[in-house]
Amino acid sequence: MKDHLLFIGKNILRMILLLAAVSIAAFALMTISPIDPLQANVGQAALGSMSQEQIAKLEAYWGVGTPPLERFLSWASDFLRGDMGVSLLYRQPVTSVIAVKLANSLWLMATAWVISGLVGFLLGVISGLKQGTWIDRIIKGYSLLIASTPTFWLALVLLMIFAVWLKVLPIGLSVPIGLEASGVTIADRIQHAILPAITLSITGISNITLHTREKMIEIMESDYVLFAKARGESTWSIVKHHGFRNVILPALTLQFASISEIFGGSVLVEQIFSYPGLGQAAVTAGLGSDVPLLLGITMISAVFVFGGNLIANILYGVIDPRIRRGGKRS
Amino acid sequence: MEEKKIILDIHNFSVSFEQYEKGFKKTGLPVIRELDVTIHEGEMVAVVGSSGSGKSLLAHGILGILPYNATLGGEMIYNGEPLTEERKKELRGNEIVLVPQSVAYLDPLMKIGPQIRKGKKDKASREKLSRIFKGYGLKKEVEDLYPFELSGGMNRRVLVSTAMMGNPRLVIADEPTPGLHMDMVRKVMRHFRELADQGAGVLMITHDLEQALEVADRVVVFYAGTTVEDADVKDFQKEETLRHPYSKALWRALPQNGFQFIRGTQPYVKDLPEGCPFGPRCDQCTAECKGKIPSRDVRGGKVRCLHAV
Amino acid sequence: MKKMNGRILTVVLFTAAVLFLAGITIAGQIYADEAMVTDFSRKNMPPCAEYIFGTDWMGRDMFIRTLTGLSMSIKIGLLTTGISSVIAFVLGTMAATMGKTVDAVITWLIDLVMGIPHMLLLILISYACGKGFQGVVIGVSLTHWTSLARVIRGEVLQLKEAPYIKVAQKLGMGKVRIAWKHMVPHLLPQFLVGLILLFPHAILHESSITFLGFGLSPEQPAIGIILSESMKYLAMGRWWLALFPGLLLVFTVVLFDVAGESLRKMLDPSSAHK
Repeated sequence: MKDHLLFIGKNILRMILLLAAVSIAAFALMTISPIDPLQANVGQAALGSMSQEQIAKLEAYWGVGTPPLERFLSWASDFLRGDMGVSLLYRQPVTSVIAVKLANSLWLMATAWVISGLVGFLLGVISGLKQGTWIDRIIKGYSLLIASTPTFWLALVLLMIFAVWLKVLPIGLSVPIGLEASGVTIADRIQHAILPAITLSITGISNITLHTREKMIEIMESDYVLFAKARGESTWSIVKHHGFRNVILPALTLQFASISEIFGGSVLVEQIFSYPGLGQAAVTAGLGSDVPLLLGITMISAVFVFGGNLIANILYGVIDPRIRRGGKRS
Repeated sequence: MEEKKIILDIHNFSVSFEQYEKGFKKTGLPVIRELDVTIHEGEMVAVVGSSGSGKSLLAHGILGILPYNATLGGEMIYNGEPLTEERKKELRGNEIVLVPQSVAYLDPLMKIGPQIRKGKKDKASREKLSRIFKGYGLKKEVEDLYPFELSGGMNRRVLVSTAMMGNPRLVIADEPTPGLHMDMVRKVMRHFRELADQGAGVLMITHDLEQALEVADRVVVFYAGTTVEDADVKDFQKEETLRHPYSKALWRALPQNGFQFIRGTQPYVKDLPEGCPFGPRCDQCTAECKGKIPSRDVRGGKVRCLHAV
Repeated sequence: MKKMNGRILTVVLFTAAVLFLAGITIAGQIYADEAMVTDFSRKNMPPCAEYIFGTDWMGRDMFIRTLTGLSMSIKIGLLTTGISSVIAFVLGTMAATMGKTVDAVITWLIDLVMGIPHMLLLILISYACGKGFQGVVIGVSLTHWTSLARVIRGEVLQLKEAPYIKVAQKLGMGKVRIAWKHMVPHLLPQFLVGLILLFPHAILHESSITFLGFGLSPEQPAIGIILSESMKYLAMGRWWLALFPGLLLVFTVVLFDVAGESLRKMLDPSSAHK
């Protein structure tokens, strides 16, 4: 038990250190940029609607006189207290902008994450078991093709087919134009999320399928499967007893590692379908030099990515008997 | 021995693989070319050949678990009837069982008990496993361990237990004692001897002649894809009673006979000489040895040598 | 497997892929000026015999535009994978040879880069470079070395423990000679394959980031820009503006994948019997 707590503790510590490093790296990147965020936004009256105090604080961040280290420390201590500064474009605290956008994105990404995980796993297992047959060729071919297809172009094609040509789904915007946010029904929301969710799922599936397939082939060629065969176990019995058991661990790791990809994909997909989520906000912040928002989004997505890895590591320890019972393994 | 029933009769058995040569030519790679083995009820036969000579393929061939690019040839008669791929499927794990080299052949993520029972949970299987474990002096708790938790002493007994779950009439032991001390080897071998004494035929595949002589009834000597001699264990007491020059060479290489090794190495499958594979290393090699070498009966054993008397 | 000799097929595939890619790159280069030619007498034409990819709202030939765009993207891709693989090689070998601390730092650095979603990191780096061409090149170069660095690290670690290297050390062979005679020949194929397989990722991310509007200006018609412009005309039913350039982009990426995979097959001794 003590070993497990130590194991989990170590992993959490590692995650915190990585997060700190991400914040330093992201802040450094923002600092070396030749673009002056205040200058870039001054003409847009963004500053006009801010309180005097807020402007003073901003100037303290980005003003010429303050050394970068001091700025970083000030930003970081605010961040730890839950204050990520004020978005230059949305003229609201970054925390509240992110809260709204994240809520929109989260269930889009969660849907895609679950669908791509389940379907990808299933296709990968089938393909790996039927290695070399026509069904394997189709699945593998599909996965390789999708892996070579840019997410944004896939989104464009789906948009052309379903929105422009068949006219069954709306072109964009999570909320129909002219409606107040409160007047939006659940049905509206779902309708507008279908295409982005499908696009994200389709791209997510290919990677998971290919990796699961590789693992499955490896397992089916292992000595223990050979021995199971020698003991007269049927193919189904082998899959049931040895295939799933051994493929589920790498699949879990892969599934949690895919969070990063889904996040990256959502940046493109949300932009094309004008879906007002975190990804679109990231593009807007990047193009509009909204440094506080960009930093906030970077930190939030890093929390999700590292959090996913952390959960995968802990689950591994719980499920794999070699770690659970063996105690030590780094 | 003669009046006992023949369980498995393998004649002219061959295994070859498709492979690319340098460049683009596809060739068949004959890893086993002419292999003859006969196993009777209650008999323990050892196939002895140096490491890496493809002996394991014999075991896999009998069980029908060779990879897809392998081609089988020759005859296999089990219990009086041809051993077809369908029959192999039916019999393996029940009448024909394999005892593997090590626990690496066990699923690392499945507990020992369920794994030996092949996932079956019924009362009969549970009771049978308990009986087997008791017989081998394994505690009930071992069933709840994972393969990586087994101690070296338990490994062997667990592996033999897997064979006992069926009703074995033919036991194939593939290199069952890699790197073990002679004491341990004797213990393991006793398990196989017991199986043979209960009426099963045991086929032991090994590179260690010393071990084979310890327990087997008959020894089949395997060289470069061919069985060169089939002899009673007694014949190995003296060099003169052996028939093939390679068997004699093996005999001379035993520690008690002076550790003498002959020159040269076993040829790789691709560079086999014409005719007798042992020819280039043999003192008695003559021009006729370049031709076909039939298997002959000499003094109650079998030999593939034109000069054996 | 039965009908055609697999290894000949592999070589043919590899050669065809490389030739085709070279063809696109050169053709795009040659027609670069023609791609800018506007002619309002032929604007918004759907695909026909003369303009197989159609023309856009300024009467530019979409086929030639696509070729130039792809050529541009391939060149950026080559540049970025080149830089990425050098980073991967240096850091990978350093991690494997320079002791525990260096190894820990580099492994940690890899985790760090992988911790920020790719697209987001690209946006951050592009912003840091003040956007523009160099932002794209630096961004893609700095984000694609991680997986190859891991492979190189693993290979070198394994090589270091290989019996024949140990023997060479015992025999008193110099470090440089061991590295050159025994390690490089082993690493090089792995490295080459890794490098080629980096390319699809590089070009996909390059086109994505330009599509989003970071980086190249409309005067530099990379494939991402062409597709991004086409988006505005989709609702008007001008599907050809997005469809054909995208298809050719997918085709290009697939070709690089084919080239990398077939090279891997040719160099991998264990595939000899397949």
